[in-house]
Amino acid sequence: MSQPTYKSVLLDPILHNNPIGLQILGICSALAVTSNLKTALVMSIALTLVTAFSNLFISMIRSQIPSSIRMIVQMVIIASLVIVVDQVLKAFAYSLSKQLSVFVGLIITNCIVMGRAEAFAMQNPPLLAFCDGIGNGLGYSAMLVVLGVVRELFGSGKLLGYSILPTVNDGGWYQPNGLLLLPPSAFFLIGLIIWALRSWKPEQKEAPAFRLAPQVSDKEAC
Amino acid sequence: MEHYLSLFVKSVFIENMALAFFLGMCSFIAISKKVETAIGLGIAVVVVQAITVPANNLLYTWLLKEGALAWAGLPEVDLSFLGLLSYIGVIAAIVQILEMLLDKYMPALYNALGVFLPLITVNCVIMAGSLFMVERDYNLGESVVYGFGSGISWALAIALLAGIREKLKYSDVPEGLQGLGITFITIGLMSLGFMSFSGIQL
Repeated sequence: MSQPTYKSVLLDPILHNNPIGLQILGICSALAVTSNLKTALVMSIALTLVTAFSNLFISMIRSQIPSSIRMIVQMVIIASLVIVVDQVLKAFAYSLSKQLSVFVGLIITNCIVMGRAEAFAMQNPPLLAFCDGIGNGLGYSAMLVVLGVVRELFGSGKLLGYSILPTVNDGGWYQPNGLLLLPPSAFFLIGLIIWALRSWKPEQKEAPAFRLAPQVSDKEAC
Repeated sequence: MEHYLSLFVKSVFIENMALAFFLGMCSFIAISKKVETAIGLGIAVVVVQAITVPANNLLYTWLLKEGALAWAGLPEVDLSFLGLLSYIGVIAAIVQILEMLLDKYMPALYNALGVFLPLITVNCVIMAGSLFMVERDYNLGESVVYGFGSGISWALAIALLAGIREKLKYSDVPEGLQGLGITFITIGLMSLGFMSFSGIQL
């Protein structure tokens, strides 16, 4: 890996090295909270902040942490940050925090936070690590927001609660696609987004486990 | 008894951790290439889940819940905001202890599960099991059943997915969709299938 710069750590994870699309990190919450845009946004902000600050703090004390207990130290830092987020949400947006239910707590075990702390913050100076956290948070947010927009817009014809496509039930013309409100649709959407991303940037493709031999006629085969 | 049985069925099929709540997706996708390793990880999750959920239940009832410290003469103390931190601590500690015990007394099992145990600490399923237990106010008996059931639900799902993926690798998938993309779509279809369980009334 070349020397990381502020710009590359901030912008790379958004498209080039998306944490969800390529690194397969932090998918759990991406699926459960995206059925409408509002929860998706709140979740993105929470995760971006937690990743950024956990990277910052871990990077600050990285030379003091003995390597044998580094996991526990990282966990404690991350868990404390998540508690702060959780309490703030409960204080200022109680109904929202009820909707997100356990998923705020699950930021602790979100692999993005832990993964970036382990892979980046342990080797790099605090400010750079902070930017890396923001960058990865944004990459995650980008995916979440896209999913949230598609699912809410086509699933219920609304965005952030405002009616965009008037639905048939309200006397409009749009027949909402109920499937998109169901959780499995998030899987299909992520699958398709990954497909699109990989067709656009072919270097992200995985080497296939097996190549199918081209079909040959019987005569040639013998 | 019937109550526990229906809780068990509910936690395994209707509220399947992987396919209805999408928890533990990271390892769900990463470790499901082979059936054997998938089953190994699945069993490890069942074991850890069945121990940690009741343990966290005890911790919550006797230390953290509002008024729980009454036995120590501190009836006004409410420590429930420390929940997240203590659950993850308990999980990490139990996984560590389990690893040491297995290494000492059951080396065969340790060799089979060994690689997976450290992974489990950061598996959302375990953490979510404890959080759901608190959110739904399960008592000790219910939390034992719930821990066991939700562990099994995840193990079942990962074994099924691994079976499908083993067959799938011989199929002719469009190039950009290979690997991760098609796995996601497979999981989506499986999860649609599991949604049919949600019609069951218990």
